[in-house]
Amino acid sequence: MMSDLTNLTITEARDLLAKGEASSKELTEAHIGAMESARSLNAFITETPEKALAMAEASDVRRKAGTAGLLEGLPIGMKDLFCTEGVLTTAASHILDGFHPTYESTVSQNLWNAGAVMLGKTNLDEFAMGSSNMTSHYGGVESPWRKAGDNRPLVPGGSSGGSAAAVAARCALGATGTDTGGSIRQPAAFCGIVGMKPTYGRCSRWGIVAFASSLDQAGPMTRTVRDSASMLRAMAGYDAKDSTSVNAPVPDYEAAMTGNIKGMKIGIPKEYRVDGMPTEIDALWLKGIKWLEEAGAEMVEISLPHTRYALPTYYIIAPAEASSNLARYDGVRYGLREEGATLDEMYEATRGKGFGAEVLRRILMGTYVLSAGYYDAYYNKARKVRSLIAGDFAKAYQKVDAILPPTAPSAAFGMGDKMDDPIAMYLLDVFTVPASLAGLPGISIPAGLSQDGLPLGLQLLGKAFDEETVFKVAGVLEEAAGFDAKPAFLAA
Amino acid sequence: MALIKGKTGEWEMVIGLEVHAQVISKSKLFSGASTEFGAEPNSQVSLVDAAMPGMLPVLNKYVVEQAVRTGLGLKAQINLTSVFERKNYFYADLPQGYQISQFLQPIVGEGTIILDLEGGETREVGIERLHLEQDAGKSIHDQHPTQSYIDLNRSGVALMEIVSKPDMRSAEEAGAYLRKLRTILRYLGTCDGNMDEGSMRADVNLSMRRPGEPLGTRTETKNVNSIRFVQQAIEQEARRQIQILEEGGKIVQETRLYDGMKGTSRSMRSKEEAHDYRYFPDPDLLPLELDAAWVEGIKAGLPELPDDKKARFVKDFGLPVYDAGVLVADRDTAAFFETVAEGRDPKLAANWVIGDYFGALNKSGADLHTAPGDAKKLGGLLDLIADGTISGRIAKEVFEEMWENGQEADAIVESKGLKQISDSSEIEGLVDEIIAGNPGQVEQFKGGNEKILGWFVGQVMKATQGKANPGLVNQVLRKKLG
Repeated sequence: MMSDLTNLTITEARDLLAKGEASSKELTEAHIGAMESARSLNAFITETPEKALAMAEASDVRRKAGTAGLLEGLPIGMKDLFCTEGVLTTAASHILDGFHPTYESTVSQNLWNAGAVMLGKTNLDEFAMGSSNMTSHYGGVESPWRKAGDNRPLVPGGSSGGSAAAVAARCALGATGTDTGGSIRQPAAFCGIVGMKPTYGRCSRWGIVAFASSLDQAGPMTRTVRDSASMLRAMAGYDAKDSTSVNAPVPDYEAAMTGNIKGMKIGIPKEYRVDGMPTEIDALWLKGIKWLEEAGAEMVEISLPHTRYALPTYYIIAPAEASSNLARYDGVRYGLREEGATLDEMYEATRGKGFGAEVLRRILMGTYVLSAGYYDAYYNKARKVRSLIAGDFAKAYQKVDAILPPTAPSAAFGMGDKMDDPIAMYLLDVFTVPASLAGLPGISIPAGLSQDGLPLGLQLLGKAFDEETVFKVAGVLEEAAGFDAKPAFLAA
Repeated sequence: MALIKGKTGEWEMVIGLEVHAQVISKSKLFSGASTEFGAEPNSQVSLVDAAMPGMLPVLNKYVVEQAVRTGLGLKAQINLTSVFERKNYFYADLPQGYQISQFLQPIVGEGTIILDLEGGETREVGIERLHLEQDAGKSIHDQHPTQSYIDLNRSGVALMEIVSKPDMRSAEEAGAYLRKLRTILRYLGTCDGNMDEGSMRADVNLSMRRPGEPLGTRTETKNVNSIRFVQQAIEQEARRQIQILEEGGKIVQETRLYDGMKGTSRSMRSKEEAHDYRYFPDPDLLPLELDAAWVEGIKAGLPELPDDKKARFVKDFGLPVYDAGVLVADRDTAAFFETVAEGRDPKLAANWVIGDYFGALNKSGADLHTAPGDAKKLGGLLDLIADGTISGRIAKEVFEEMWENGQEADAIVESKGLKQISDSSEIEGLVDEIIAGNPGQVEQFKGGNEKILGWFVGQVMKATQGKANPGLVNQVLRKKLG
């Protein structure tokens, strides 16, 4: 019974609760049990079982009163980058030691307003900087997946690795993620789940610990496309407290999933055939093309000529913004303080000890590219290239309705691998970063397994604020792929 | 142009001022926290002002309106697109680790200010730009032996940085610039101009050169908080630079701090030690786009500005330029004058407002709002002069009384019996008595001593406690003595 409840999708659980066949309390208890028995994965930094039960009981009362919300009674994980009132919020960094916000982020509040129940705060790369979840001050997250015949632990991807692992391991029906350069889509691909990064401006950034403000965007991580659609609807919406939030109505995304993509034009970007891409990724991509063709869509080769500049552009803009965004962690007002004889020494000690190596690396890179004498050569040039990349997409979308690229150039790798090679780690973002720079929506869906038996993802990108088309096509792709593999952790 | 004579010849100073003016607004530039002065430390701090994680700035529209209004008041270019950037540096009272400011694209571009100098002379000074930025908090270093206290009440308060062109040539001009700027800001209601509360501060850029030669190396003296100190700092810095230059030295481009109490300045940091602020567009804020019609609406609602008012006072009221300048220096004073002058002789009104009324204000330390005699009462007094009820001399006495007890002029005249004696038979009788009683003085007058006439006038005034109509007294005396 317990595992039956944790194996449900969001839509199934929603229907079950609606029919009165289970209570939110039962559903939540089952997930608390799953969360506790999955502690070896280190997917959560903070578990909040008591809060979860209290929220579940309140939800059951609301349901009885006939005021059920979109996600009424459904237990989810909250990436520990979202500020949650009274609950430790760490961004997986030592520097936020003991930080209990007095406020609730807009997106988490939207979810609670829709009736969702918080199981706990999920692990992530420190300040969401990473593609492996290995940079967390609270230790790496172990993927619930294993290569066939190989029990070595693998990374869940990053930065939303805790959320991806928790959803894949059936500890939560869904979880929030944030995506700056692929931090939702890449871990979703590694863990065999669905990860959606909506259009920049769709979800409020208010109360989300900032990494790179012009790129950060919250989104849902779920096990099905339909779940993703229903969860995004609850998360999204205009927020006057975020000046970059866009005042546009939030459609019923589930309703857009008609299954009919006949005559739709899907762009296949020729520049995404990168050197040294594993043949299994290429093969999966071709399968995706075939599935969509079989469903009646028309494939159109498109060119996104500035794609090869996307990664270096991203790794200038994101660190530049981060170097400024992270200046507030100075030991003066909250979090960690390491004393020093002078103010400067206090800063040095606090920031030197409080930030991990990857965060320090990005602060240094960001400071460098904004410095006098280098600004034009790096930051300013990157901004120009960014608008060229956005222009590539705008041009392509005159011809196509959505674009189909792979999500990541490889399947998950071993915990600890690539740690001495930041560039190799950055290359994992090569397919996700362009849409981030252009602010466009993108979803990753599990589409197959590698030769080693690990999940691989396909991505669908849409026009700005046209998440509906993305969900519609993704639903068709999901059905055609019929991905039903389960992580080794569930079998154990 | 005031040249300074050094040991080796004449020097000219070149001065530019950067003024930080706190915008009058109930809430801060990017948060809803209050901006009221003098509150308990850290009682007016929002989550945004304290730079809590995940907090985002939201631009205060009213502050933008105030900046546009100021730009229009300075006859400046209003930029319909402007960009907020981050100026990055670490300091304990700068919670975000950056100040949100405007850099490459400020909201206001070039404009002008007309200085009112001694003797009614004017001079134009260019405005380079005006931009909006956040104030920092306040560090308090004297409360604890090893630690500093931080008050974030000011953190995030909206400032306008108003940058002049290097158009000023003396400390007097700098003073006149600050006074005029303050007057304009107060007219517009965009800054209260209270330098002692820190709501207006000036940075002084100064260099010296031989007349006609290219600009020399400048220094910047930071955060001078009164007009007097600005002028002193300029004099002091000019002497310091001249001494260095005349001894064959070179001016180091640097930032200096002026100590108004000691009257000295010291180097704060050199150009080499200058911060690299790493300005870049704030990604939390979109570029600020203004609607041209909205700007026009603000323009249409601008009050009459001091230069226009001054011109009108000269033209319509026939006031001397100097008097008009004095009256328009303060918007309330100008309004007070206009109320007094309404339907009366404007020159008489100006003399009374500038002379007696301002004199009484200065002496008592009162202002227009707390003074016992208001515009209506002063007007009533002038009416009594105009219709001959009292003489100008008696009017002074009535005014003093009015200032003492706040009564209306006619009531004072009535109760004290100060009404002017304009009855010629009464005066003739008095004159007859005086002539009869002082044959010696009559002889002197007849012998050609015209001056003795004044003595006779004095006698009449003495006998009437000054109430006799002076014109009539003269007339009668001449007739009787002649």
